[in-house]
Amino acid sequence: MNIQETYASLGLSDYEYDRILELLGRAPNFLELSLFSVMWSEHCGYKNSRPLLGRFPSDGPCVLQGPGENAGVVEVGDGWALAFKMESHNHPSAVEPYEGAATGVGGIIRDVLAMGARPVALLNSLRFGPLDEERNRYLFREVVAGIGGYGNAIGVPTVGGEVELSRSYSGNPLVNAMCVGLIRTEDLVRSRAQGEGNLVVLLGSKTGRDGIHGATFASDELSEESESRRSNVQVGDPFMGKMLVECCLKLLEEGLLVSLQDLGAAGITSSASEMAAKGGVGIEIEVDKVPLREEGMEPAEIMISESQERMLAVVEPEKIGQVAELAEHYGIGSAVIGRVADHGELRILSGGEVVGSVPADYLAEAPVYEREISRPAYLDELRELNLDEISLPEDYNAALLALLSHPNLCSRHSVFEQYDHQVGTNTVVLPGADAAVMRIKGTSLGFAITTDGRGRHCYLDPEGGGAATVAEAYRNLSCVGAEPVALTDCLNFGSPEKQAPYYQLARCIEGMSRASEAFGTPVVSGNVSLYNETSRGAIYPTPIVGMVGILKDVSRHATPGFKREGDMVVVIGSGPGVSLDGSDYLEIIHGKVAGRPVEPDLAAEKRVADLVREMVRSGLVDTAHDISGGGEIVAVAEMALAGGFGIEYEEGEAERMVAGQGRGRADLAFFGEESGGFIVAVPEERWDDLQEALSGFAYDYIGCTGGDRFKVGNLINVSLEEMREAYEQDLFGG
Amino acid sequence: MRIGVAIFPGSNCDRDALFAVEQMGADPVELWHADADLKAVDAVIVPGGFSYGDYLRPGAIARFAKVMGPLEEFARAGGPVLGICNGFQVLTEAHLLPGALLRNIDMRFVCRRVRVRVESTETPWTSGCESGEELMLPVAHNEGNYFADEATLKELEDEGRVVLRYLKNPNGSANDIAGVCNEGRNVVGIMPHPERVSDPVLGSEKGLKILRSVLVGARI
Repeated sequence: MNIQETYASLGLSDYEYDRILELLGRAPNFLELSLFSVMWSEHCGYKNSRPLLGRFPSDGPCVLQGPGENAGVVEVGDGWALAFKMESHNHPSAVEPYEGAATGVGGIIRDVLAMGARPVALLNSLRFGPLDEERNRYLFREVVAGIGGYGNAIGVPTVGGEVELSRSYSGNPLVNAMCVGLIRTEDLVRSRAQGEGNLVVLLGSKTGRDGIHGATFASDELSEESESRRSNVQVGDPFMGKMLVECCLKLLEEGLLVSLQDLGAAGITSSASEMAAKGGVGIEIEVDKVPLREEGMEPAEIMISESQERMLAVVEPEKIGQVAELAEHYGIGSAVIGRVADHGELRILSGGEVVGSVPADYLAEAPVYEREISRPAYLDELRELNLDEISLPEDYNAALLALLSHPNLCSRHSVFEQYDHQVGTNTVVLPGADAAVMRIKGTSLGFAITTDGRGRHCYLDPEGGGAATVAEAYRNLSCVGAEPVALTDCLNFGSPEKQAPYYQLARCIEGMSRASEAFGTPVVSGNVSLYNETSRGAIYPTPIVGMVGILKDVSRHATPGFKREGDMVVVIGSGPGVSLDGSDYLEIIHGKVAGRPVEPDLAAEKRVADLVREMVRSGLVDTAHDISGGGEIVAVAEMALAGGFGIEYEEGEAERMVAGQGRGRADLAFFGEESGGFIVAVPEERWDDLQEALSGFAYDYIGCTGGDRFKVGNLINVSLEEMREAYEQDLFGG
Repeated sequence: MRIGVAIFPGSNCDRDALFAVEQMGADPVELWHADADLKAVDAVIVPGGFSYGDYLRPGAIARFAKVMGPLEEFARAGGPVLGICNGFQVLTEAHLLPGALLRNIDMRFVCRRVRVRVESTETPWTSGCESGEELMLPVAHNEGNYFADEATLKELEDEGRVVLRYLKNPNGSANDIAGVCNEGRNVVGIMPHPERVSDPVLGSEKGLKILRSVLVGARI
């Protein structure tokens, strides 16, 4: 292999190789070239997305740590803080779904651990192709099993998330895992290496050949060949992960570590070079001292291996004895593999000789590609939607049941029951609600978490969809009673080298940024996954937002299920603007993905969401739900199903809906969607208080809970039993 | 009252159990797997989780941990021992309880709240319940499918040693068994997690009915 073939096989371009020559002032050897190849991959180097990511607002009153560390951190109150981040594991999960998903969970847990926080909650956003394809069923089944297999065993509850199916994800599933950790503000640790002569200690598992070049693999399109890259996928060991978590937390508690960093993509290379670059120091690694599980590994392989369950720590020499002792107590390996130096380089030694040395800064500064943002033609073609061509349903009961039974709207119990969502005994609101609610032991405080994504919406309108994604998360937190404070994201897109995906990426970021600014929820951490393409094309542009909110009194929260007979049900903030454009109804009932979904009015949305939250916080409302996919009627049906009480719409209400927001069409009135609506229910004795709270806002009393049927005028009349049968699907066909 | 919670590598409900012991008004005591010392506790909880990663078989490695020596002595001498979930699996592997826990019949992990009936109040861990009382308790397990041979099942039923029974079987357990006790009735193993419903903010305190039973000191 000549040099050009060598760097090309490592995923580096001619331009990038020339840049390395320029930076070093000499030709790199193979080991050094390998370091650049992993650190300058899209996955580690963000070379296509970095210029766009700068748009995100990242600061706010609660923010203790913004982007650039292992996880973002926000202050909660009473000296508590939350560290959280979301990360993708799409490519590994496409070829080896169980281990791909499991190690995605393990990796994000260690990111949060690296901040010194105890991981206390997991969520995951999943996307697959439709289940009529065997391969999609296999990926779905194994990904869910992998998430459960790792999360359940390591003892961090999986408290929420979402699953959606669409043809655009066939063969390229999305597996985005989010972890939230809890920490005292004074105990936060950072990853910067400090103190010349301090020791670099590798904790946890031995290093093998698994996951070599995982980072570069994750930065390429998926093809037939991808199957042969199964060996690029790491294998997880949640038991070791659990011991590593307990050991690291104990080491921090005892004050034995200077800094801590997890080993993720690009292994020791990325951890050591990032720690060095952040601290403005150098790090020397003696590869011979890295405990190996395989024989004959080359220095380059040791440096870029992505073996799981490892952490890198900087330790003062006099404390190394105690560190080793504690590691032994927890049954995990610890090895001094290097030291902090003052030369600013990541230097690798083997057999006493320097076998490679590169300034850490150079590795951390991947070249940046600014590309032209131009609007793809498909957007205009798809936006035309003529409602006259959409036939009205003959039977609205059947339409409602078809929506409730569709894999994108039906109950997710068959997924979340495979996850332990209560270990830790902090989960106050279990999966199935708008957001998970967790308590903080020993305080009255709580926090809520949601993950949301709107791929189809972003496909039809990238900027509006990006904003609507953030808005949906804001609504979900608000209706459980939490005050949203910050978000993390995972940007899942196609190849940035192509016109449409790059345009989508840029516009989605713009929309998300505008919404984050309007809501005061800065982006404190995140991850980018590009090249989500197969031979069938790119996925829907799918930014996933993971948002965190705070409850001062966790006992004051709301859930969607109707709680009592005779409760009065009110729709707030939705109505006149509903549309079938890009709706679930249009896709599920009519098989069409078209139109221009309603653009959220961010200021108006915030006012309504803040009002709903205030009503929950004050104890006025304990039943609330946001209106989302399937529109008002599906939202009300979900509340009836969750609570086990029926509801009958007021006399004449259905007709008013059809004539008003339906503009003569009942399907538009019932199943039309817009951003910003909520449904709340209160007992009759609180009706006056509710009206007072709602003064100045548009709202609509729709009816009273009770009985075991759902009736809307003379168009819908179904029993809860029929709805339950449609809704309670086992998505795994069991 | 001092209540010990055994901690194996991979236990992950140990902290929850310690917290619940506090909630029930007793003194929690950590019992580390590598120490053959029960620290003079009055009762022991073997908590849930994935001891030793559940490698080989759930509970199969944990039963050889050093702490198990004094724990077995304590149990044989009539000391109250409660195994929850993985703890139940450990106690069957250690032969302190009969039978075994197999993979769930649908081969899937199951985490949900299930209704169980208290079949026997004649144990130190159910004496605070009413006989026949129904409780909603959470389960979360991969291997909760209770199995024993015909003769053992008959013995358990005849001697009233089925402690909890599912109203709707979530895992394929023989005779819908959710919990059993030993001949001496002092060692109880249950699949549901009472410590997860021992706090009003979590929506239920039903679990405390089970855990607090031991405080009443109803020795059999």
